[in-house]
Amino acid sequence: MITKVRSHITQNELLLFEQSSPGKKGYQLPDLDVPPVDVEEALGAAHVRPEIDGFPEVSEVEIIRHFTRLSTWNYAIDLGLYPLGSCTMKYNPRVNELVARLDGLAWAHPYQPETLAQGAMEIMARLEAALAEITGMDAVTLQPAAGAHGELTGILAIRALLEKRGNPRKKILVPDSAHGTNPATAATAGYVVQNIPSNDGGMVDVAGLERIVDKDVAALMVTNPNTLGVFEENIKSIAEILHKKGALLYMDGANMNALVGIAKPGDFGVDVMHLNLHKTFSTPHGGGGPGGGPVAVKKALEPFLPLPRLKRARNKWTFDYNRPRSIGRVRAFYGNFGVMVRALAYILAHGGNGLRNATVDAVLNANYLRKKLEPDYDLPYQAPNMHEVVFSDSRQAKLGVRTGDIAKRLIDYGFHPYTVSFPLIVHGALMIEPTETESKRELDLFADAMTSIAREVETDPEMVRTAPHSTRTSRVDEVTAARRPILRWKPGGAVSHAAD
Amino acid sequence: MLAECGVASAEDLFSHLPEDVRLKQPLALEPGISEYEIVEYFRSRAAENAHGYASFLGAGVYAHYRPVMVDTVVSRGEFLTSYTPYQAEISQGTLTTIFEFQTMICQLTGMDAANASMYDGSTALPEAALMACRVTGRNRILVARTVHPEYREVLRAYARHDNMPIEEFAYVAESGVADLEDIDRKLDDQTAAVVIQSPNFFGIVDQVQAAAEMAHRRGALLVVMFTEAVSLGLLNPPADADIVAGELQSFSAPPTYGGPFAGIIATKEKFIRQIPGRLVGETRDSRGHRSFCLTLATREQHIRREKATSNICTNQALIALMATVFMSVYGKQGLRELAEQNLAKSHYLSTLVKPRFRGPFFNEFVASANGRSPDEINQALLKKKIIGGLPLARWYPELEGCMLLCATEMSKRSHMDEVGKAFSPVPQPA
Amino acid sequence: MSYPENLRYTKEHEWVRAEGDMGTIGITDHAQKELGDIVYVDLPKVGARIEQGKSLGSVESVKAVSDIYSPVSGEIVEVNESLAQAPEKLNQDPHGAAWLVKVRLSAPDDVKKLLSAADYQTYVGAES
Repeated sequence: MITKVRSHITQNELLLFEQSSPGKKGYQLPDLDVPPVDVEEALGAAHVRPEIDGFPEVSEVEIIRHFTRLSTWNYAIDLGLYPLGSCTMKYNPRVNELVARLDGLAWAHPYQPETLAQGAMEIMARLEAALAEITGMDAVTLQPAAGAHGELTGILAIRALLEKRGNPRKKILVPDSAHGTNPATAATAGYVVQNIPSNDGGMVDVAGLERIVDKDVAALMVTNPNTLGVFEENIKSIAEILHKKGALLYMDGANMNALVGIAKPGDFGVDVMHLNLHKTFSTPHGGGGPGGGPVAVKKALEPFLPLPRLKRARNKWTFDYNRPRSIGRVRAFYGNFGVMVRALAYILAHGGNGLRNATVDAVLNANYLRKKLEPDYDLPYQAPNMHEVVFSDSRQAKLGVRTGDIAKRLIDYGFHPYTVSFPLIVHGALMIEPTETESKRELDLFADAMTSIAREVETDPEMVRTAPHSTRTSRVDEVTAARRPILRWKPGGAVSHAAD
Repeated sequence: MLAECGVASAEDLFSHLPEDVRLKQPLALEPGISEYEIVEYFRSRAAENAHGYASFLGAGVYAHYRPVMVDTVVSRGEFLTSYTPYQAEISQGTLTTIFEFQTMICQLTGMDAANASMYDGSTALPEAALMACRVTGRNRILVARTVHPEYREVLRAYARHDNMPIEEFAYVAESGVADLEDIDRKLDDQTAAVVIQSPNFFGIVDQVQAAAEMAHRRGALLVVMFTEAVSLGLLNPPADADIVAGELQSFSAPPTYGGPFAGIIATKEKFIRQIPGRLVGETRDSRGHRSFCLTLATREQHIRREKATSNICTNQALIALMATVFMSVYGKQGLRELAEQNLAKSHYLSTLVKPRFRGPFFNEFVASANGRSPDEINQALLKKKIIGGLPLARWYPELEGCMLLCATEMSKRSHMDEVGKAFSPVPQPA
Repeated sequence: MSYPENLRYTKEHEWVRAEGDMGTIGITDHAQKELGDIVYVDLPKVGARIEQGKSLGSVESVKAVSDIYSPVSGEIVEVNESLAQAPEKLNQDPHGAAWLVKVRLSAPDDVKKLLSAADYQTYVGAES
């Protein structure tokens, strides 16, 4: 019998606004060493605000308890396995947090004189070089803030190159197995998206591609290995088909955890790609961000990269703004420097061989799980998988239980769910990526849980359908949340809201 | 494990890759180093950056004291190493803090709804512009020259291929505020939005209400940007705006050479379905308890794909959490007091170095070097381990002899006196 | 499940009720079942022109969006505003109270080319 902790004070923590009391403070500012200023005189009465209605007033103890209690309602990598596909939830090394907070780095202002920023620029240059080596590409920009941002940067660079050649073209091809950011990015860059279907093996249909690629196609956006975890074995032919018609190959680097030290995208025909520092390179997810989305390109695309570019001049680093062909800026300043520091620390810690070993372990772990789960779950594609594996819920669906239900039941075993219902080409997908972080012991526990759930589906499907049962919160009503959105707290409201 | 997988060695797991694709050489990277060596490496790099300097730089990135509590909270593994809260049952910690964050942004900006953060202020601008286009069905954007120059560059990079013509309007030479007459001249019935920044790039508080009336009369939206979030503790919120977008770095994201920061977009109730980025909503679980979840997800890329409101996926959750802790620590009284201290510091500095513009300013102002060059003054200050203001010539040729000075609660009187000396003689009024 | 005889249907699961040169448009019971709990409907404004076969708006569930394809051409004269507050009506009464828009038909005869209740019934029976 699972006992709930619902009555416990730490499980019923109110919002900050509901705990506020006039006059409570958590801060103390030093005394002014200059004369105070009459705000209405200095700014004009019309510009001065009344008090901030409803803003919290809480003490330091209340703050620390509030956030600590809330934190215990979260799952995290520090607690256990996160088998989310294509998210690469690997361990976030703590030394990264220390080095990112060093004063000289954390307090560097982007506009401080270059002579006083050589350390920061050296870090950026070193990371650019390492990522170029890892990807087998010629030039890297660190400016984009996240993967989707990197995709946009890469597609804009492609567009600029094609414009220079006389015709930006109209279409971008996107496989139906692609992550949603791919078509969304293509549309933002002013292209029409054409979906290309996957073949029976879940890969890009080369013959089909050959028929579709014409002078209107600017590029194909491919993920390799793809979202099934399968390496596109015809990737070189794919690149040739595109290049022959003057189109380019963009690679979504979200799955680089399968390739680092094993293969270089630059070697198999990729013209431009992005990386996710918060996936492959261990920077923490932090509940949804920040990340880093560097873009690596072949020489032909280098002139179009965002400005400024790092350059070495007279034995010093400097930012080069003289880039007439650049697509401009995709953001202010130079990029998520704090994330770059963490990614470089990770690379330095592993070194070339260490990075390769991590990849091998990641692929081994995924294949191990494939073998352990195959007896109970349907594997729609038989091709060898790399760092992730995708099952379907077809066997369980016959008994009325879907992938989403199985995922919720997994929570009762102490695991975070895998990725549910993606990629779309698999009906009822279970997308699982363990990463190299997990030991055999942890993997066995996960596999045992999944096996146990498969049995439960047979003997007590209703229990699985109504999971999770052991969490502080049971399944939430997402329908009402979308029908009548409440996006902020308001004073005077009860803790409940009116029933439908 | 290898036996379970049916292979003799781990290398066999890669044998299905085409031969000519598999690397034969190891990566040309130096071997892995120990934790101690990693720390030493970054310590050495940090030492090659400015160390122990006072600074009067602002211009979109501000030096504010970071309460210790901030790192205490965000260093908890449950916040640091958790993922996007797609699984509501085991992410109530993150979801609750985002809901609080969204609420506080509304309280500060006077808007009805705010999202769970954008990458930064500079990318929030094109997203706000695109949103205005979706709402109005129009496509022209009028943006003030006094919006941060790098933000405007980002807007142009995004706009180039979105069929969204951008036009700039001037500022009034004497006061530094938006030139309302220029807006009037350039507004037409294809204008989706007028964009101003307040306090603007020159630190001057701009005329939100007047700009709103002008825009609304022609059926356009008003977008108000901000780069200095602390100003919201003291300045009237831009409640006449339709969309407020800006940068929260001041709320304890360290300057970190330009990032990571956190942008926000906030808007009126009627536009919430057009807002980009993640949104957290309140609901109940099946037992009737208040809970939170991501909502209105059909706006986003993972569902609507090429028709999404934006391609954004990752947000800046951890930075937004830093901001939430910061806002709780200071609270209603503290944010006001903090803003008043900023005002006092910058106004003290302005008694030593005369501001170029007459308009009301918050914690930054433009100062003229009066015949000398800003670089010369800054060189003199560097010798005293003071980083001076930002020379403006590269973006505003008409302000060639000027620099942008910023003073916050961390600025010391003694350093400000040195800046005053470096600028002297201060020109006497005619 | 029975489909009202006085409506005509499309293969994209919309219905239209024609009275003279006025038409009322909605989505079918089959459509609402497929979508699950409906959370929002995006409809055009009064005065907008719609074209047969082209999207006139969309219907959303929590996790999916579906376009609504217009069964007829014409001009929107009325929009069912009650759906903004209560989109769940579409799940409860898709053929009646949850009509989407009323249209002044530009080609009233087109309606006759659409599926009858019996034909639509056969079609969805075959599809499932």
